[in-house]
Amino acid sequence: MAECHPVGFQWVMEAKARGAKVVHIDPRFTRTSALSDVHVPLRAGSDIAFLGGLVNHVLTSGRYFHDYVVAYTNGPVILREDYRGPEDLDGVFSGLDPDGRHYSTATWQYEGTRMRAASGERDQEPERAGTEGSVSDAARGESHGSGGADIGTGAPERDETLTHPRCVFQVLKRHYARYTPEVVEEVCGVPQDLFRQVCELLTENSGRERTTAFAYAVGWTQHTVGVQYIRAACVLQSLLGNIGRPGGGILALRGHASIQGSTDIPTLFNLLPGYIPMPHAHQRQDLDAFVEAEATRKGYWGDMRSYLVSLLKAYWGPAATEENDFCFDYLPRLTGSHSTYETVMAQLEGSCKGYFLMGENPAVGSANAKLQRLGMANLDWLVVRDFSLIESATWWKDGPEIETGELRTEDIGTEVFFLPAAAHTEKDGSFTNTQRLLQWHHQAVPPPGEARSDLWFTYHLGRLVREKLAASRDPMDRPLLDLTWDYPTHGVHAEPDAEAVLAEINGRDAAGNPLSSYEQLADDGSTSCGCWIYCGVYADGVNQSARRRPGEEQDWVAKEWGWAWPDNRRILYNRASADADGRPWSARKSLVWWDEERAEWTGHDIPDFKADKAPGHVPPPDAKGPEALGGTDAFIMQADGKAWLYAPSGLTDGPLPAHYEPQDSPFPNLLYGQQRNPVRHLPPPHPDNRYQPSGTEPGSDVFPHVATTYRLTEHHTAGGMSRWQPYLAELQPEFFCEVSPELAAERGLEHTGWATIVSARAVIEARVLVTDRVASLTVQGRRLHQVGLPYHWGPNGYTTGDAANELLHLSLDPNTHIQEAKAFAVDIRPGRRPRGPAAVDLVRAYRARAGIDADTGTEP
Amino acid sequence: MGVRTWIDSWPVYRQLKGTDPLGRGAAAKSGPSARLTPRVASADRVVKSICPYCAVGCGQNVYVEDGRVTQIEGDPDSPISRGRLCPKGSATLQLTTGGAREHQVLYRRPHGTGWERLGLDTAMDMIADRVIEARRAGWQWEVDAARTRRTMGIASLGGATLDNEENYLIKKLFTALGAVQIENQARI
Repeated sequence: MAECHPVGFQWVMEAKARGAKVVHIDPRFTRTSALSDVHVPLRAGSDIAFLGGLVNHVLTSGRYFHDYVVAYTNGPVILREDYRGPEDLDGVFSGLDPDGRHYSTATWQYEGTRMRAASGERDQEPERAGTEGSVSDAARGESHGSGGADIGTGAPERDETLTHPRCVFQVLKRHYARYTPEVVEEVCGVPQDLFRQVCELLTENSGRERTTAFAYAVGWTQHTVGVQYIRAACVLQSLLGNIGRPGGGILALRGHASIQGSTDIPTLFNLLPGYIPMPHAHQRQDLDAFVEAEATRKGYWGDMRSYLVSLLKAYWGPAATEENDFCFDYLPRLTGSHSTYETVMAQLEGSCKGYFLMGENPAVGSANAKLQRLGMANLDWLVVRDFSLIESATWWKDGPEIETGELRTEDIGTEVFFLPAAAHTEKDGSFTNTQRLLQWHHQAVPPPGEARSDLWFTYHLGRLVREKLAASRDPMDRPLLDLTWDYPTHGVHAEPDAEAVLAEINGRDAAGNPLSSYEQLADDGSTSCGCWIYCGVYADGVNQSARRRPGEEQDWVAKEWGWAWPDNRRILYNRASADADGRPWSARKSLVWWDEERAEWTGHDIPDFKADKAPGHVPPPDAKGPEALGGTDAFIMQADGKAWLYAPSGLTDGPLPAHYEPQDSPFPNLLYGQQRNPVRHLPPPHPDNRYQPSGTEPGSDVFPHVATTYRLTEHHTAGGMSRWQPYLAELQPEFFCEVSPELAAERGLEHTGWATIVSARAVIEARVLVTDRVASLTVQGRRLHQVGLPYHWGPNGYTTGDAANELLHLSLDPNTHIQEAKAFAVDIRPGRRPRGPAAVDLVRAYRARAGIDADTGTEP
Repeated sequence: MGVRTWIDSWPVYRQLKGTDPLGRGAAAKSGPSARLTPRVASADRVVKSICPYCAVGCGQNVYVEDGRVTQIEGDPDSPISRGRLCPKGSATLQLTTGGAREHQVLYRRPHGTGWERLGLDTAMDMIADRVIEARRAGWQWEVDAARTRRTMGIASLGGATLDNEENYLIKKLFTALGAVQIENQARI
């Protein structure tokens, strides 16, 4: 955190100055470690074993927050009799299909009801029944994850004593019993004493009087079990009562200025604004069927129809009517995953012909960067919008494949447009930071030359396409021509008014007045709203995200700086900061509470709960949506109002986190017979995306070291905003790898000399930094050396180097389709890498030596 | 220069007569350093902004003089950053005003070996034509007898470095075009 989010880290130091203990768990010793009380180096890719060990300690030592667990989690809920877990099935869960590559989730449900996820992928489920046309082949791993089309009714069975053998709490105990300190030591390479120290620090700092926060950088998501990493932290924090309370939580430290915003208002294939799922293709696919399949019976997702209809009204305005299902049919339909990695496959195969890159540099930043370039080389046209000539704009003349002779510039038919982009100082707009806070930046000067904002580009591209098709009567053009696309513009460049777009996102009532809360949204077409969770950001016609009352003039919550979704609440689920009766768990950890006299919730933060819903409220049995939430259902977006220690649905790869080895790992899985996540997402085989033998398989020793990638303070992601800046280029002038003195001695690597690093995909070279910062560990009885690789470099800019992501494979988390960038296996040798065709030959020779073919590493 | 001024500018005299007998402050100050002012002192205006790098969201003050950005500093008012910026945030002036930024549209024709110049309007018009063509070529009303109403001909990547309003228009336009392959850094 001190490396990648240094200014945010000042608050960790403030906490430390007030007595907080800081524990840093990371294979690499960084500026964070230097300022922590304890640094725990562990093997990259073993985090679930470590977190599982903590869960086991919390459960066996009885140090969980009993009252919190009973009131706010699904710990008391009883599971079906036919649920079986990895304990019973040597590492897999019940419901694994005979092909071993996807799960049916029926046996994961609660006894007495069928529960479904808060949001996600339920709409895909009908295909699983195999009764309605089959797009399931294309749906791959994503088509799992829900309990079916029917909405669960009846209350789940509960045991408030937490003793029923099939209650979640007891299932959890059995599941994590084998995650002992001895196992943690063997799997993670963390000595037992050090592990016990972390256990003690964590439990003594959790409970009524104290809270512990987990902060992770999104490297946690970059594993074939990435979602389960986060889930493991959720289990732990829910057991300890650290969610919804000040100083608690699980904080994702994200790496782009508005990566949170671009997820909330998604430029993502599987979502519509506000986490409404994109619809999948079905025979019966009207609005009602979609809402019935997607909305929850209870909680705020119960009002999904209002959110969706208001979105359709924002998109298609007067054209969207009750009679035509509010143009629901205008939404294009998914048939499985269409993630960026499927798009690359579609480019290679030739169906995707045109590609826009807007402020992203996949030729360096994406896993298996070579496949990205080969995909682009097969396009008809490519539009790159960026500040400088990044690698994704110039690969056709100077990319690595030109050097090796695998591609020839004259043979590449891709037409490339490079359009210079405006900087944030040259446009109005809002960023959403990692804590869901929207902050407006104002235009200072107009953009230079032909540089333009992406707002300008998108608006005028849409205008031109609409003009060219204005006379069309083709039904495929109706969604485009009916689109509301009349934003006011200003200045010589006709820049669209960003605040007008924000006003559309916020939403309007029937009279056109700005809405102030998503609670006002209606499902009859009388309201419009471009993103329901952002409703209120333009309340009273005022740009709330531009509020800048100085922090020094406010209390610690600072509610009048920017605007946080939803409803400017700064800590989500903060109802859980009070006990079941609505009183703060302790005075020093008070945040919101029930004011008996005024009969409403109040506190330092804005309560994340209906203001007048009393703690003792019991909803009528036939209540639906938010009305069905009881007075202790603090987790208001969940289908049962509870934090999930166990996820009965919504996940494709199991209701509980279990440790699996990474796709490419030098070690066998000590915990189960199952080596890897059986349902991890593997794209179709490609000669440039071969996997490596793992564990005890022959050839595994060809790649004996674990490698991981990371960032440096002085550079930013794939380098597009840092390798062209002289100060930053000078501060970190060259690509390097970090290795321990032990590894350096073993392989003859010289400090400041060169190293060649090889995987089954690629060979790269880097300067050698011999350092204790990446410590060698003892794992399963042998010394493990890890190789640390900052991933910022590429061949262009003021500071150049090979891209670490060349080494990566495409093996993805089955829930999110995020690649496994943070734990893989390599070989390292002294000296520079071969040039030209010899580089390709070297990789080929390694593959041959390890016995790699198209099937290697693809077993479930 | 009058005699009085000349004597006053003599450091030893100032050390003896002034408030700095140890000669470690005002007495030792030279004329040129006395005349130094912060580079932001002459700015015409200060524009409130947010750092464009990571997602902490540090406040930035953008100083503008004669229509040019002359300095970018941390905003002390921000309850998030309290005026601080990291090395990247501190390099924002170079990012936004540095010589590495391209100011013109560039074009590489199919099988071409180098960049060519192209006017922005021409480029926009050409891109609009290509969108229409690729969209049509990749159009799918149905897949496996289920209605899809979409195109697989065009894709877009990027958004995490952009504004919410920009992401909103991208998703809205591409969805209306029928494109589903819309992605950004959140998946990476």
